[in-house]
Amino acid sequence: MSRISKEQVAHVAHLARLSFSEEELEKFTHQLDAIITYAEQLNELDTSNVKPTSHVLDMKNVMREDVPEKGLPREEVLKNAPDHQDGLIRVPSILE
Amino acid sequence: MALFDYKLKDLHELLHKKEIAVSDLVDESYKRIKEVDGKIQAFITLDEERARERAKNMDDAVARGEDSGVLFGMPIGIKDNIVTKGLRTTCASKMLENFDPIYDATVVEKLRNAGTITIGKLNMDEFAMGSSTETSYFQKTYNPWNLERVPGGSSGGSAAAVAAGEVPFALGSDTGGSIRQPAAFCGIVGLKPTYGRVSRFGLVAFASSLDQIGPMTKTVEDNAYLLQAIAGLDQNDSTSANVPVPNYVEQLTGDIKGLKIAVPKEYLGEGVGEAARNAVLEALKVLEKLGATWEEVSLPHSKYGVATYYLLASSEASSNLARFDGIRYGYRAKDAQNLIDLYKKTRSEGFGDEVKRRIMLGTFALSSGYYDAYYKKAQQVRTLIKKDFDDVFKKYDVIIGPTTPTPAFKIGELIDDPLTMYANDILTIPVNLAGVPGISVPCGFHNGLPLGLQIIGKHFDEGTVYRVAHAFEQATDYHKQKPQL
Repeated sequence: MSRISKEQVAHVAHLARLSFSEEELEKFTHQLDAIITYAEQLNELDTSNVKPTSHVLDMKNVMREDVPEKGLPREEVLKNAPDHQDGLIRVPSILE
Repeated sequence: MALFDYKLKDLHELLHKKEIAVSDLVDESYKRIKEVDGKIQAFITLDEERARERAKNMDDAVARGEDSGVLFGMPIGIKDNIVTKGLRTTCASKMLENFDPIYDATVVEKLRNAGTITIGKLNMDEFAMGSSTETSYFQKTYNPWNLERVPGGSSGGSAAAVAAGEVPFALGSDTGGSIRQPAAFCGIVGLKPTYGRVSRFGLVAFASSLDQIGPMTKTVEDNAYLLQAIAGLDQNDSTSANVPVPNYVEQLTGDIKGLKIAVPKEYLGEGVGEAARNAVLEALKVLEKLGATWEEVSLPHSKYGVATYYLLASSEASSNLARFDGIRYGYRAKDAQNLIDLYKKTRSEGFGDEVKRRIMLGTFALSSGYYDAYYKKAQQVRTLIKKDFDDVFKKYDVIIGPTTPTPAFKIGELIDDPLTMYANDILTIPVNLAGVPGISVPCGFHNGLPLGLQIIGKHFDEGTVYRVAHAFEQATDYHKQKPQL
Protein backbone atom coordinates (compact mmCIF):
# COMPACT_ATOMS: atom_id res chain seq x y z
CA MET A 1 0.00 0.00 0.00
CA SER A 2 1.31 3.43 -0.75
CA ARG A 3 2.21 5.66 2.20
CA ILE A 4 1.33 8.91 0.53
CA SER A 5 -1.39 9.81 -1.98
CA LYS A 6 -1.27 12.20 -4.89
CA GLU A 7 -3.69 14.48 -3.02
CA GLN A 8 -1.36 14.57 -0.02
CA VAL A 9 1.57 15.41 -2.27
CA ALA A 10 -0.43 18.24 -3.80
CA HIS A 11 -1.21 19.54 -0.29
CA VAL A 12 2.46 19.36 0.76
CA ALA A 13 3.42 21.14 -2.48
CA HIS A 14 1.08 23.98 -1.54
CA LEU A 15 2.61 24.19 1.96
CA ALA A 16 6.08 24.30 0.37
CA ARG A 17 4.94 26.93 -2.14
CA LEU A 18 5.73 24.72 -5.11
CA SER A 19 3.50 23.88 -8.04
CA PHE A 20 3.71 20.75 -10.18
CA SER A 21 2.19 19.52 -13.40
CA GLU A 22 0.08 16.34 -13.27
CA GLU A 23 3.00 14.38 -14.62
CA GLU A 24 5.44 15.78 -12.05
CA LEU A 25 2.91 15.11 -9.30
CA GLU A 26 2.78 11.44 -10.34
CA LYS A 27 6.57 11.20 -10.32
CA PHE A 28 6.99 12.94 -6.96
CA THR A 29 4.23 10.82 -5.37
CA HIS A 30 6.02 7.69 -6.50
CA GLN A 31 9.47 8.86 -5.35
CA LEU A 32 8.33 10.32 -2.03
CA ASP A 33 6.42 7.14 -1.33
CA ALA A 34 9.59 5.10 -1.85
CA ILE A 35 11.65 7.41 0.37
CA ILE A 36 9.05 7.47 3.15
CA THR A 37 8.68 3.70 3.01
CA TYR A 38 12.46 3.43 3.33
CA ALA A 39 12.43 5.88 6.26
CA GLU A 40 9.91 3.75 8.12
CA GLN A 41 12.68 1.29 8.98
CA LEU A 42 13.29 3.66 11.89
CA ASN A 43 10.13 2.19 13.44
CA GLU A 44 12.11 -0.98 14.15
CA LEU A 45 13.75 0.96 16.98
CA ASP A 46 12.08 1.58 20.32
CA THR A 47 12.78 5.22 21.07
CA SER A 48 10.15 5.78 23.74
CA ASN A 49 12.74 6.88 26.34
CA VAL A 50 15.21 8.54 23.98
CA LYS A 51 15.64 12.30 24.00
CA PRO A 52 15.67 13.89 20.55
CA THR A 53 18.93 15.49 19.36
CA SER A 54 18.51 18.76 17.51
CA HIS A 55 22.09 19.88 17.99
CA VAL A 56 25.26 17.95 18.84
CA LEU A 57 27.11 20.52 20.91
CA ASP A 58 26.19 21.19 24.48
CA MET A 59 25.28 24.84 24.07
CA LYS A 60 22.54 26.95 25.50
CA ASN A 61 21.58 30.46 24.49
CA VAL A 62 24.52 32.39 23.11
CA MET A 63 24.41 36.02 24.23
CA ARG A 64 26.33 39.08 23.16
CA GLU A 65 26.40 42.71 24.20
CA ASP A 66 23.53 44.69 22.70
CA VAL A 67 25.57 47.34 20.95
CA PRO A 68 23.93 49.43 18.23
CA GLU A 69 25.65 49.04 14.88
CA LYS A 70 25.09 50.57 11.50
CA GLY A 71 23.06 48.39 9.13
CA LEU A 72 23.95 47.72 5.51
CA PRO A 73 23.57 50.64 3.10
CA ARG A 74 20.21 50.61 1.30
CA GLU A 75 21.74 50.54 -2.21
CA GLU A 76 23.71 47.45 -1.27
CA VAL A 77 20.67 45.69 0.14
CA LEU A 78 18.61 46.48 -2.96
CA LYS A 79 21.37 45.41 -5.33
CA ASN A 80 20.02 41.87 -5.60
CA ALA A 81 16.30 42.69 -5.36
CA PRO A 82 14.58 41.66 -8.62
CA ASP A 83 12.20 44.68 -8.60
CA HIS A 84 12.50 47.87 -6.61
CA GLN A 85 11.50 51.50 -6.80
CA ASP A 86 12.28 54.57 -4.68
CA GLY A 87 14.34 52.49 -2.26
CA LEU A 88 11.54 49.97 -1.70
CA ILE A 89 11.12 46.39 -2.91
CA ARG A 90 8.11 46.05 -5.19
CA VAL A 91 5.84 42.96 -5.09
CA PRO A 92 2.52 42.06 -6.76
CA SER A 93 -0.68 43.08 -4.97
CA ILE A 94 -1.15 41.22 -1.71
CA LEU A 95 -4.84 42.04 -1.25
CA GLU A 96 -7.59 40.92 -3.57
CA MET B 1 57.21 18.98 -11.87
CA ALA B 2 54.20 21.27 -12.10
CA LEU B 3 54.07 24.13 -9.61
CA PHE B 4 51.03 22.74 -7.82
CA ASP B 5 52.74 19.39 -7.25
CA TYR B 6 54.69 21.14 -4.52
CA LYS B 7 53.11 21.14 -1.11
CA LEU B 8 52.08 24.40 0.46
CA LYS B 9 55.14 24.72 2.68
CA ASP B 10 57.48 24.24 -0.29
CA LEU B 11 55.56 26.76 -2.42
CA HIS B 12 55.89 29.18 0.46
CA GLU B 13 59.65 28.54 0.55
CA LEU B 14 59.92 29.18 -3.21
CA LEU B 15 58.03 32.46 -2.78
CA HIS B 16 60.09 33.43 0.21
CA LYS B 17 63.36 32.82 -1.65
CA LYS B 18 61.91 34.78 -4.59
CA GLU B 19 62.35 31.85 -6.93
CA ILE B 20 58.74 32.34 -7.93
CA ALA B 21 56.35 35.29 -7.66
CA VAL B 22 52.73 35.32 -6.53
CA SER B 23 51.83 36.18 -10.13
CA ASP B 24 53.42 32.91 -11.26
CA LEU B 25 51.08 30.98 -8.98
CA VAL B 26 48.02 32.80 -10.28
CA ASP B 27 49.24 32.38 -13.88
CA GLU B 28 49.68 28.66 -13.29
CA SER B 29 46.08 28.38 -12.08
CA TYR B 30 44.52 30.16 -15.05
CA LYS B 31 46.83 28.45 -17.50
CA ARG B 32 45.86 25.05 -16.20
CA ILE B 33 42.17 26.01 -16.16
CA LYS B 34 42.42 27.02 -19.82
CA GLU B 35 44.10 23.69 -20.60
CA VAL B 36 41.80 21.28 -18.80
CA ASP B 37 38.63 22.90 -17.52
CA GLY B 38 36.90 22.38 -20.85
CA LYS B 39 37.16 18.68 -20.05
CA ILE B 40 36.32 18.61 -16.36
CA GLN B 41 34.16 21.75 -15.97
CA ALA B 42 34.97 22.35 -12.32
CA PHE B 43 34.52 26.13 -12.28
CA ILE B 44 31.25 28.05 -12.57
CA THR B 45 32.77 31.53 -12.30
CA LEU B 46 36.35 32.81 -12.55
CA ASP B 47 37.64 35.95 -10.83
CA GLU B 48 40.64 36.40 -13.10
CA GLU B 49 40.91 40.16 -13.28
CA ARG B 50 40.74 40.71 -9.54
CA ALA B 51 43.02 37.73 -8.84
CA ARG B 52 45.72 39.06 -11.15
CA GLU B 53 45.41 42.52 -9.66
CA ARG B 54 45.73 41.13 -6.15
CA ALA B 55 48.73 39.03 -7.17
CA LYS B 56 50.43 42.10 -8.55
CA ASN B 57 49.79 44.05 -5.35
CA MET B 58 51.12 41.18 -3.31
CA ASP B 59 54.27 40.94 -5.38
CA ASP B 60 54.76 44.64 -4.71
CA ALA B 61 54.35 43.87 -1.01
CA VAL B 62 56.95 41.10 -1.30
CA ALA B 63 59.33 43.60 -2.88
CA ARG B 64 58.81 45.74 0.22
CA GLY B 65 59.59 42.69 2.37
CA GLU B 66 56.02 42.10 3.52
CA ASP B 67 55.39 38.41 2.81
CA SER B 68 54.37 36.79 6.04
CA GLY B 69 52.31 33.65 6.60
CA VAL B 70 52.44 30.33 4.82
CA LEU B 71 49.19 31.03 2.91
CA PHE B 72 50.45 34.36 1.55
CA GLY B 73 49.93 34.50 -2.21
CA MET B 74 48.36 31.05 -2.49
CA PRO B 75 45.61 30.55 -5.10
CA ILE B 76 42.44 28.86 -3.86
CA GLY B 77 39.08 27.76 -5.27
CA ILE B 78 35.88 28.27 -3.28
CA LYS B 79 32.76 26.12 -3.48
CA ASP B 80 29.92 28.16 -4.91
CA ASN B 81 27.74 28.02 -1.79
CA ILE B 82 30.21 30.15 0.20
CA VAL B 83 29.49 33.84 -0.35
CA THR B 84 32.19 36.08 -1.82
CA LYS B 85 31.65 39.82 -1.91
CA GLY B 86 31.34 41.10 -5.46
CA LEU B 87 31.85 37.61 -6.92
CA ARG B 88 28.72 35.84 -8.15
CA THR B 89 27.65 33.02 -5.81
CA THR B 90 25.09 30.71 -7.38
CA CYS B 91 24.82 27.52 -5.27
CA ALA B 92 24.73 25.97 -8.78
CA SER B 93 21.07 27.02 -8.95
CA LYS B 94 19.00 29.04 -11.38
CA MET B 95 17.57 30.62 -8.21
CA LEU B 96 20.87 32.43 -7.57
CA GLU B 97 22.17 32.64 -11.13
CA ASN B 98 22.87 36.36 -10.80
CA PHE B 99 23.34 36.67 -7.05
CA ASP B 100 26.10 39.14 -6.19
CA PRO B 101 26.89 38.86 -2.45
CA ILE B 102 27.31 42.05 -0.46
CA TYR B 103 29.58 40.50 2.17
CA ASP B 104 32.21 37.78 2.50
CA ALA B 105 31.73 34.56 4.43
CA THR B 106 33.86 34.47 7.59
CA VAL B 107 36.09 31.76 6.07
CA VAL B 108 36.67 33.90 2.97
CA GLU B 109 37.57 36.91 5.10
CA LYS B 110 39.94 34.81 7.21
CA LEU B 111 41.62 33.36 4.14
CA ARG B 112 42.00 36.78 2.58
CA ASN B 113 43.60 38.05 5.78
CA ALA B 114 45.97 35.09 5.59
CA GLY B 115 46.87 36.15 2.03
CA THR B 116 45.12 33.65 -0.27
CA ILE B 117 43.87 34.63 -3.72
CA THR B 118 40.45 33.45 -4.84
CA ILE B 119 40.70 32.03 -8.37
CA GLY B 120 36.99 31.34 -8.83
CA LYS B 121 33.87 29.56 -7.67
CA LEU B 122 33.48 25.82 -7.96
CA ASN B 123 30.66 23.67 -9.24
CA MET B 124 28.52 21.59 -6.90
CA ASP B 125 25.19 19.85 -6.66
CA GLU B 126 22.41 22.44 -6.53
CA PHE B 127 22.28 23.84 -2.97
CA ALA B 128 24.72 21.02 -2.03
CA MET B 129 21.98 18.42 -2.47
CA GLY B 130 23.49 15.45 -4.23
CA SER B 131 26.42 13.05 -4.34
CA SER B 132 27.56 13.45 -7.95
CA THR B 133 27.57 17.17 -8.92
CA GLU B 134 25.03 16.19 -11.59
CA THR B 135 22.22 18.30 -10.08
CA SER B 136 24.05 21.57 -10.84
CA TYR B 137 21.88 23.89 -12.95
CA PHE B 138 24.90 24.97 -15.00
CA GLN B 139 27.03 21.97 -15.90
CA LYS B 140 28.20 18.53 -14.95
CA THR B 141 31.73 18.14 -13.60
CA TYR B 142 33.80 15.19 -14.83
CA ASN B 143 36.14 13.08 -12.73
CA PRO B 144 39.77 13.85 -13.78
CA TRP B 145 40.68 10.16 -13.37
CA ASN B 146 38.01 9.03 -15.80
CA LEU B 147 35.87 11.49 -17.70
CA GLU B 148 32.93 9.06 -17.86
CA ARG B 149 32.70 9.06 -14.07
CA VAL B 150 31.25 11.53 -11.58
CA PRO B 151 33.66 13.46 -9.34
CA GLY B 152 31.34 12.81 -6.39
CA GLY B 153 29.41 15.54 -4.65
CA SER B 154 28.25 17.81 -3.59
CA SER B 155 31.74 19.44 -3.54
CA GLY B 156 32.59 17.78 -6.88
CA GLY B 157 33.97 20.93 -8.49
CA SER B 158 36.32 21.52 -5.55
CA ALA B 159 37.63 17.94 -5.61
CA ALA B 160 38.05 17.81 -9.40
CA ALA B 161 39.82 21.20 -9.54
CA VAL B 162 42.38 20.14 -6.92
CA ALA B 163 42.89 16.69 -8.47
CA ALA B 164 43.38 18.25 -11.92
CA GLY B 165 45.94 20.75 -10.61
CA GLU B 166 43.83 23.83 -11.43
CA VAL B 167 44.20 25.10 -7.87
CA PRO B 168 46.42 23.71 -5.13
CA PHE B 169 43.56 23.79 -2.60
CA ALA B 170 39.86 24.46 -2.32
CA LEU B 171 37.12 24.85 0.23
CA GLY B 172 34.13 22.54 0.25
CA SER B 173 31.18 21.98 2.55
CA ASP B 174 29.98 18.72 4.04
CA THR B 175 26.46 17.97 5.29
CA GLY B 176 26.37 14.18 4.80
CA GLY B 177 29.71 13.47 3.12
CA SER B 178 29.99 16.26 0.55
CA ILE B 179 33.70 16.89 1.22
CA ARG B 180 34.89 13.35 2.01
CA GLN B 181 33.06 11.47 -0.76
CA PRO B 182 34.32 13.66 -3.66
CA ALA B 183 37.79 13.72 -2.05
CA ALA B 184 37.74 9.90 -2.12
CA PHE B 185 36.43 9.78 -5.71
CA CYS B 186 39.09 12.23 -6.94
CA GLY B 187 42.03 10.91 -4.92
CA ILE B 188 42.64 13.92 -2.69
CA VAL B 189 42.45 14.79 1.04
CA GLY B 190 39.21 16.25 2.41
CA LEU B 191 38.31 17.04 6.02
CA LYS B 192 34.91 17.62 7.55
CA PRO B 193 35.73 19.38 10.81
CA THR B 194 33.85 18.92 14.10
CA TYR B 195 30.47 20.66 13.98
CA GLY B 196 31.15 24.17 15.33
CA ARG B 197 34.90 24.15 14.57
CA VAL B 198 34.54 26.43 11.53
CA SER B 199 32.12 29.35 11.24
CA ARG B 200 29.16 28.80 8.92
CA PHE B 201 28.55 32.53 8.50
CA GLY B 202 28.22 33.08 4.76
CA LEU B 203 27.72 29.40 3.93
CA VAL B 204 24.33 29.23 2.23
CA ALA B 205 22.42 27.02 4.67
CA PHE B 206 21.28 23.54 3.66
CA ALA B 207 20.92 21.66 6.98
CA SER B 208 22.13 23.96 9.72
CA SER B 209 22.71 21.30 12.39
CA LEU B 210 24.93 19.27 10.04
CA ASP B 211 26.70 21.68 7.63
CA GLN B 212 30.45 22.33 8.03
CA ILE B 213 32.98 24.01 5.75
CA GLY B 214 36.31 22.21 5.35
CA PRO B 215 39.57 22.13 3.34
CA MET B 216 40.21 19.97 0.25
CA THR B 217 43.89 19.54 -0.56
CA LYS B 218 46.51 17.23 -2.04
CA THR B 219 48.24 16.48 1.26
CA VAL B 220 47.32 16.19 4.92
CA GLU B 221 49.80 18.88 5.88
CA ASP B 222 48.26 21.38 3.46
CA ASN B 223 44.88 20.49 4.88
CA ALA B 224 46.06 21.21 8.42
CA TYR B 225 47.43 24.61 7.37
CA LEU B 226 44.12 25.56 5.82
CA LEU B 227 42.03 24.43 8.79
CA GLN B 228 44.35 26.45 11.02
CA ALA B 229 43.45 29.55 9.03
CA ILE B 230 39.65 29.08 8.99
CA ALA B 231 38.88 27.50 12.40
CA GLY B 232 37.65 29.29 15.49
CA LEU B 233 34.87 31.13 17.26
CA ASP B 234 32.93 33.70 15.24
CA GLN B 235 30.60 36.36 16.62
CA ASN B 236 28.49 35.96 13.49
CA ASP B 237 27.80 32.25 14.00
CA SER B 238 26.35 31.39 17.38
CA THR B 239 26.95 27.68 16.69
CA SER B 240 30.69 28.19 16.23
CA ALA B 241 32.39 26.74 19.28
CA ASN B 242 34.33 28.59 21.94
CA VAL B 243 37.06 25.95 21.99
CA PRO B 244 40.74 26.92 21.56
CA VAL B 245 42.22 26.09 18.15
CA PRO B 246 45.41 24.02 18.63
CA ASN B 247 48.40 24.09 16.29
CA TYR B 248 47.47 21.33 13.86
CA VAL B 249 50.67 21.19 11.84
CA GLU B 250 52.73 20.69 15.00
CA GLN B 251 50.79 17.50 15.65
CA LEU B 252 51.93 15.87 12.39
CA THR B 253 54.70 13.97 14.12
CA GLY B 254 54.42 10.72 12.16
CA ASP B 255 54.27 8.90 15.49
CA ILE B 256 51.21 6.73 16.04
CA LYS B 257 52.75 4.15 18.37
CA GLY B 258 50.16 2.85 20.81
CA LEU B 259 47.25 4.40 18.88
CA LYS B 260 43.99 2.48 19.39
CA ILE B 261 41.91 2.10 16.24
CA ALA B 262 38.31 0.93 16.15
CA VAL B 263 37.02 -0.64 12.93
CA PRO B 264 33.22 -0.89 12.86
CA LYS B 265 32.09 -4.19 11.41
CA GLU B 266 29.21 -2.31 9.76
CA TYR B 267 31.80 -0.37 7.71
CA LEU B 268 33.24 -3.54 6.18
CA GLY B 269 30.03 -5.52 5.89
CA GLU B 270 27.02 -5.73 3.62
CA GLY B 271 26.77 -3.03 0.96
CA VAL B 272 30.51 -2.25 1.02
CA GLY B 273 32.36 -3.31 -2.12
CA GLU B 274 35.29 -5.69 -2.06
CA ALA B 275 37.75 -3.13 -3.42
CA ALA B 276 36.93 -0.66 -0.64
CA ARG B 277 37.08 -3.37 2.01
CA ASN B 278 40.43 -4.73 0.82
CA ALA B 279 41.97 -1.27 0.59
CA VAL B 280 40.99 -0.59 4.21
CA LEU B 281 42.39 -3.93 5.41
CA GLU B 282 45.66 -3.13 3.61
CA ALA B 283 45.68 0.34 5.20
CA LEU B 284 45.23 -1.21 8.64
CA LYS B 285 48.33 -3.34 8.03
CA VAL B 286 50.28 -0.16 7.25
CA LEU B 287 49.04 1.47 10.44
CA GLU B 288 49.88 -1.66 12.45
CA LYS B 289 53.43 -1.55 11.14
CA LEU B 290 53.62 2.02 12.40
CA GLY B 291 52.75 0.81 15.90
CA ALA B 292 48.96 1.19 16.07
CA THR B 293 46.57 -1.59 17.08
CA TRP B 294 43.07 -2.17 15.81
CA GLU B 295 39.99 -4.07 16.92
CA GLU B 296 36.61 -4.68 15.42
CA VAL B 297 33.77 -2.79 17.10
CA SER B 298 30.12 -2.13 16.35
CA LEU B 299 28.23 1.05 15.57
CA PRO B 300 24.92 -0.79 15.79
CA HIS B 301 22.72 2.03 14.51
CA SER B 302 24.78 2.75 11.37
CA LYS B 303 22.23 1.22 9.07
CA TYR B 304 19.63 3.76 10.20
CA GLY B 305 21.90 6.68 9.33
CA VAL B 306 20.70 7.27 5.79
CA ALA B 307 16.99 7.33 6.71
CA THR B 308 17.65 9.54 9.73
CA TYR B 309 19.76 11.89 7.68
CA TYR B 310 17.30 12.30 4.82
CA LEU B 311 14.47 13.12 7.20
CA LEU B 312 16.48 15.61 9.28
CA ALA B 313 18.49 17.23 6.50
CA SER B 314 15.42 17.61 4.28
CA SER B 315 13.37 19.05 7.14
CA GLU B 316 16.04 21.63 7.88
CA ALA B 317 16.40 22.34 4.16
CA SER B 318 12.68 22.89 3.69
CA SER B 319 12.85 25.55 6.39
CA ASN B 320 16.14 27.10 5.25
CA LEU B 321 15.13 27.30 1.59
CA ALA B 322 11.85 29.04 2.42
CA ARG B 323 13.84 32.28 2.11
CA PHE B 324 14.03 31.87 -1.67
CA ASP B 325 10.75 33.58 -2.44
CA GLY B 326 11.66 35.90 -5.30
CA ILE B 327 11.24 39.03 -3.21
CA ARG B 328 14.54 40.30 -1.79
CA TYR B 329 17.12 38.56 -3.95
CA GLY B 330 17.50 35.78 -6.47
CA TYR B 331 15.29 34.67 -9.33
CA ARG B 332 11.75 36.06 -9.65
CA ALA B 333 9.19 34.52 -12.00
CA LYS B 334 7.39 36.81 -14.44
CA ASP B 335 3.64 37.36 -14.80
CA ALA B 336 2.57 36.35 -11.30
CA GLN B 337 -1.06 37.18 -10.49
CA ASN B 338 -0.62 37.62 -6.75
CA LEU B 339 1.89 37.00 -3.99
CA ILE B 340 1.22 33.25 -3.49
CA ASP B 341 1.38 32.79 -7.23
CA LEU B 342 4.69 34.66 -7.29
CA TYR B 343 6.14 32.38 -4.60
CA LYS B 344 4.99 29.21 -6.32
CA LYS B 345 6.09 30.20 -9.81
CA THR B 346 9.44 31.53 -8.61
CA ARG B 347 10.26 28.43 -6.58
CA SER B 348 8.99 25.97 -9.18
CA GLU B 349 10.99 27.62 -11.96
CA GLY B 350 14.05 28.44 -9.82
CA PHE B 351 14.71 25.07 -8.12
CA GLY B 352 15.74 21.81 -9.77
CA ASP B 353 14.17 18.40 -9.15
CA GLU B 354 16.46 17.15 -6.35
CA VAL B 355 15.99 20.37 -4.37
CA LYS B 356 12.22 20.15 -4.82
CA ARG B 357 12.24 16.50 -3.79
CA ARG B 358 13.99 17.34 -0.53
CA ILE B 359 11.85 20.39 0.19
CA MET B 360 8.80 18.18 -0.32
CA LEU B 361 10.13 15.40 1.95
CA GLY B 362 11.07 17.92 4.62
CA THR B 363 7.78 19.78 4.44
CA PHE B 364 5.96 16.45 4.75
CA ALA B 365 8.08 15.31 7.72
CA LEU B 366 7.42 18.59 9.54
CA SER B 367 3.76 18.86 8.67
CA SER B 368 0.95 18.56 11.18
CA GLY B 369 0.16 14.93 11.96
CA TYR B 370 3.50 13.58 10.71
CA TYR B 371 6.00 15.53 12.82
CA ASP B 372 6.23 12.98 15.65
CA ALA B 373 6.29 9.95 13.37
CA TYR B 374 9.06 11.23 11.11
CA TYR B 375 10.94 14.33 12.27
CA LYS B 376 10.96 13.66 16.00
CA LYS B 377 11.59 9.96 15.45
CA ALA B 378 14.63 10.78 13.34
CA GLN B 379 15.93 13.17 16.02
CA GLN B 380 15.64 10.35 18.56
CA VAL B 381 17.51 7.92 16.32
CA ARG B 382 20.15 10.62 15.90
CA THR B 383 20.68 10.44 19.66
CA LEU B 384 21.28 6.68 19.37
CA ILE B 385 23.71 7.12 16.48
CA LYS B 386 25.65 9.75 18.39
CA LYS B 387 25.77 7.47 21.45
CA ASP B 388 27.28 4.68 19.30
CA PHE B 389 30.22 7.00 18.58
CA ASP B 390 30.50 8.21 22.20
CA ASP B 391 30.69 4.59 23.39
CA VAL B 392 33.43 3.61 20.94
CA PHE B 393 35.47 6.74 21.69
CA LYS B 394 35.59 5.82 25.38
CA LYS B 395 38.08 3.08 24.46
CA TYR B 396 39.58 4.08 21.11
CA ASP B 397 41.38 7.09 19.63
CA VAL B 398 40.00 6.95 16.09
CA ILE B 399 37.49 5.02 14.02
CA ILE B 400 38.59 3.83 10.58
CA GLY B 401 36.70 2.52 7.58
CA PRO B 402 36.21 3.23 3.88
CA THR B 403 34.93 6.67 2.87
CA THR B 404 32.58 5.22 0.26
CA PRO B 405 31.31 1.71 -0.52
CA THR B 406 32.62 1.89 -4.12
CA PRO B 407 34.87 4.09 -6.26
CA ALA B 408 33.30 6.77 -8.51
CA PHE B 409 30.21 5.61 -10.39
CA LYS B 410 29.31 6.48 -13.98
CA ILE B 411 27.69 9.73 -14.96
CA GLY B 412 23.94 9.19 -15.28
CA GLU B 413 24.09 5.84 -13.49
CA LEU B 414 22.18 6.83 -10.34
CA ILE B 415 20.58 10.17 -11.16
CA ASP B 416 17.08 8.70 -11.60
CA ASP B 417 17.35 6.47 -8.55
CA PRO B 418 17.40 8.76 -5.48
CA LEU B 419 17.47 5.98 -2.87
CA THR B 420 20.52 4.22 -4.35
CA MET B 421 22.24 7.60 -4.74
CA TYR B 422 21.51 8.36 -1.06
CA ALA B 423 22.91 4.95 -0.01
CA ASN B 424 26.28 6.02 -1.41
CA ASP B 425 26.65 8.23 1.68
CA ILE B 426 26.04 5.43 4.18
CA LEU B 427 29.59 5.61 5.62
CA THR B 428 29.89 9.38 5.82
CA ILE B 429 26.42 10.41 7.06
CA PRO B 430 26.73 9.06 10.65
CA VAL B 431 29.77 11.32 11.15
CA ASN B 432 27.67 14.43 10.47
CA LEU B 433 24.83 13.16 12.65
CA ALA B 434 27.30 12.67 15.54
CA GLY B 435 29.04 15.99 14.80
CA VAL B 436 32.54 14.47 14.97
CA PRO B 437 35.42 15.22 12.55
CA GLY B 438 36.26 12.89 9.65
CA ILE B 439 38.88 12.94 6.92
CA SER B 440 39.26 11.05 3.65
CA VAL B 441 42.79 10.24 2.46
CA PRO B 442 43.78 8.29 -0.69
CA CYS B 443 44.28 4.58 0.12
CA GLY B 444 44.38 2.77 -3.21
CA PHE B 445 42.96 2.38 -6.70
CA HIS B 446 40.47 0.06 -8.31
CA ASN B 447 40.39 -0.09 -12.12
CA GLY B 448 42.25 3.21 -12.19
CA LEU B 449 39.79 4.95 -9.86
CA PRO B 450 40.90 6.28 -6.44
CA LEU B 451 39.64 4.91 -3.13
CA GLY B 452 39.45 6.82 0.16
CA LEU B 453 40.26 5.84 3.73
CA GLN B 454 38.04 7.54 6.29
CA ILE B 455 39.51 8.42 9.69
CA ILE B 456 37.01 9.65 12.27
CA GLY B 457 37.96 11.35 15.56
CA LYS B 458 36.51 12.63 18.79
CA HIS B 459 34.82 16.03 18.98
CA PHE B 460 37.45 18.76 18.40
CA ASP B 461 40.22 16.18 18.03
CA GLU B 462 41.16 17.06 14.44
CA GLY B 463 44.77 16.95 15.70
CA THR B 464 44.69 13.16 16.16
CA VAL B 465 42.76 12.65 12.90
CA TYR B 466 45.44 14.60 11.05
CA ARG B 467 48.30 12.80 12.84
CA VAL B 468 46.97 9.39 11.79
CA ALA B 469 46.14 10.54 8.24
CA HIS B 470 49.59 12.08 7.85
CA ALA B 471 51.42 9.00 9.20
CA PHE B 472 49.49 6.83 6.74
CA GLU B 473 50.12 9.22 3.87
CA GLN B 474 53.87 9.33 4.56
CA ALA B 475 54.01 5.53 4.57
CA THR B 476 52.21 5.20 1.21
CA ASP B 477 52.43 6.59 -2.33
CA TYR B 478 48.77 6.92 -3.31
CA HIS B 479 48.70 10.70 -2.86
CA LYS B 480 51.60 11.09 -5.29
CA GLN B 481 49.66 9.64 -8.22
CA LYS B 482 48.18 12.10 -10.67
CA PRO B 483 45.38 11.74 -13.19
CA GLN B 484 46.46 11.97 -16.86
CA LEU B 485 44.39 14.64 -18.55
